[in-house]
Amino acid sequence: MVPVSYYLALSAVLFTLGALGVLVRRNALIIFMSVELMLNAANLAFVAFTRVFEVLNGQIFVFFVMTVAAAEVAVGLALIVAIFHTKQSIDVDQMSSMKG
Amino acid sequence: MMLSEITTAGLFFQLVPWIVFFPVIGLLINTFLTGRMSEKVIGWLASLASFASFVVAVLLAYSLSVHPEAVTVPVAQWIHIGNLALDWAFRVDTLSVTMMLVVSGVGTLIHIYAIGYMHEDVRFKNDLGRYRRFFVFMNLFIAAMMILVSGDSYLMLFVGWEGVGLCSFLLIGFWYEMDTLGRSSWANSDAAKKAFVANRIGDFGFLIAAFLMFWTFGSLQFDKIFELAPQVAQASPGIIVAITLFMLIGVTGKSAQIPLFVWLPDAMAGPTPVSALIHAATMVTAGVYLVARSAALYTLVPQAQFVVALVGAATAFFAATIAVGQYDIKKVLAYSTISQLGYMVAAVGMGAYVAGMFHLITHAFFKALLFLSAGSVILGMERGHHHLAHGHSEHEEEILDPGDMRNMGGLRKQMPVTFWVYLVGALALGGVFPLAGFWSKDEILADSSLYYPLVYWLLVLGAFLTAFYMGRQIFMVFFGQERTEVAKHAEESPAVITIPLIILATLSVFGGVLNLPGLHTLTAWLEHTIAFIHPGEFNLTVALSSTILALLAIFLSWLVYGRKPMTVGEQDPLKKMLGPVFTIFENKYWVDEGYWAVFVDRYIDLARFLAQTVDWRFWHDWVHDSVIASNFKRLAHFLANPIDLGFIDAIATGLANLTQRSSAGLRKIQNGFVRSYALSVLLGVVLILGYLLIK
Repeated sequence: MVPVSYYLALSAVLFTLGALGVLVRRNALIIFMSVELMLNAANLAFVAFTRVFEVLNGQIFVFFVMTVAAAEVAVGLALIVAIFHTKQSIDVDQMSSMKG
Repeated sequence: MMLSEITTAGLFFQLVPWIVFFPVIGLLINTFLTGRMSEKVIGWLASLASFASFVVAVLLAYSLSVHPEAVTVPVAQWIHIGNLALDWAFRVDTLSVTMMLVVSGVGTLIHIYAIGYMHEDVRFKNDLGRYRRFFVFMNLFIAAMMILVSGDSYLMLFVGWEGVGLCSFLLIGFWYEMDTLGRSSWANSDAAKKAFVANRIGDFGFLIAAFLMFWTFGSLQFDKIFELAPQVAQASPGIIVAITLFMLIGVTGKSAQIPLFVWLPDAMAGPTPVSALIHAATMVTAGVYLVARSAALYTLVPQAQFVVALVGAATAFFAATIAVGQYDIKKVLAYSTISQLGYMVAAVGMGAYVAGMFHLITHAFFKALLFLSAGSVILGMERGHHHLAHGHSEHEEEILDPGDMRNMGGLRKQMPVTFWVYLVGALALGGVFPLAGFWSKDEILADSSLYYPLVYWLLVLGAFLTAFYMGRQIFMVFFGQERTEVAKHAEESPAVITIPLIILATLSVFGGVLNLPGLHTLTAWLEHTIAFIHPGEFNLTVALSSTILALLAIFLSWLVYGRKPMTVGEQDPLKKMLGPVFTIFENKYWVDEGYWAVFVDRYIDLARFLAQTVDWRFWHDWVHDSVIASNFKRLAHFLANPIDLGFIDAIATGLANLTQRSSAGLRKIQNGFVRSYALSVLLGVVLILGYLLIK
């Protein structure tokens, strides 16, 4: 059996990759996918702990997270489409008209 | 108190305030209500107000004939502070009622005369609007004069005293923007100011006397002062002497005596009714009234009496000599007035109060008559001038002085009524038997021959000169040939002017019956008020000698002026005979010039020194500019530069800069890039987690 620390390490790596993606990339779709990556890194950690402690709480949380992520994708993609309509671009650096 | 109430029941003493209220009502109506009414309404209304006062005065005189003791009628409380109680109360006694009768009686006649006179005067001077103002001032004068003669204390007397002084000023400067010939100049207003200033010097003396009286007696009421005066005179006669002599300064100012007489000749700048009413008949006699009223004080100090008598006699003689050398018809009368006032002052000074008051009354009649007739002559000349100017208006001739006697001559034919009344006035003034002036002047001469020989001789010489200058005037004005075209075309005045003249002429003829020798009506009348009367005895020698002197003077004046009348441009014949002496008379002894050199120029020098050196150089340049302003400037610079700019402003700008700089820093963080916000969120989370782990 694979020890839980391996899962946790993988989860951390995935989360870090996702966070870097959010911070570094400019394409909104890529940023979106990085966010999904971070969510799923969290999901992996949940599932790993469920196995260790043998309770169902983690599994249920994962379902919730996947549901919320799906809703978020729906809203997010709609926003991106709307932005693309107005700006003809989905480069997030160009969406800075609200800066102080 | 009860007794006096019972005895005065049914009499008219309570009416006395109306003697002041009637003219005040008249002037108020004329000030506010008659703006659009005709001249007739205005003039007759003012005359009616004056006549109403006269009626009240007659009623009071009747009341006094029944109840001859003095009655005091309080009207209003004025000032009550501690022991000081000053009230407005009227004192009705034989002396005050005598003055009231003269003032309102002669005043009414002059008001009526002025209706006609001012009608023409405002037309010659092209300002119809001033007609109303004239009658307002005249009513104001009557009111003030009534306050003067009716007050029961020196304070109320002083209120009236100042009031008549004000009216005199207003009326002398009535045509303030021109001279007597109507040319644009400040001559008339200068004359008004001169009168006011000379009177002010006299008022200063009166005020000092009033303060001394209040200090000594603790009151200004006649009754109290006269009651206490004998005790004070015993204890310290010096105070009474001081009071009476300071009062004399007031008398010399108001009654135009040496040394303050200089204002009266200039006062002739006023319209002629004013000269007659204020500067001949009434206001100038206020000084005589004051001395007569203060008889109880003067009787206590013979030294002061002598000074008063001497001042009066010297003035009587001195002014008479000047009158001989004058050419202006009104100036002659002005100096004559000064001279006659000198007789009155001399009379009351030597204790002959009745003689003084008697002469005051008769003089009011004949001098008012003379002035009004002179006004009629001047108007007649102006009418002649007007007539000529219309005849050939194309050539500008130089303005001819209608008051200069050298321009007249022969007016007897053109102005018969004026001539006859003038002759009556002149004979009365000259002291010819049996006219009014003879009796009153003779009483003064008789009294003076008993007490002070020096005064007697001065007065006799004055009487001689009086007859002479009046003869000169009559011959120059009414006899001989007309010396100008204007005189040839002179016209007689209308009835509104001549009727008052005729009434006054009648009074001048019969005024003597007031106090005929043997009857002594006026003496008996005034005895109730003035307790120190010498019964004036008729002195045949004095009467005869003065009559002979007067006739001689008239004969002399006929020799000089009547026998061979002056021709055009001829020198005064008397000048040829007297030479430099006449020049002295003509130039009034250079008194005015002397006063200028001694007082006025010095005063102007002092004023200039004060203005330029003290005020400008010292106060303005040094104290204000150098000391105060420059130090203040230095302080202001210090406050402005280091304190305000360097410190207070630095705080404000520093705060502003700090805010700006910090906000500029904060703006850099707020760059609008989601990534950088996300990074800061991440860093924050890392920090918090790190903290939790380490803890």
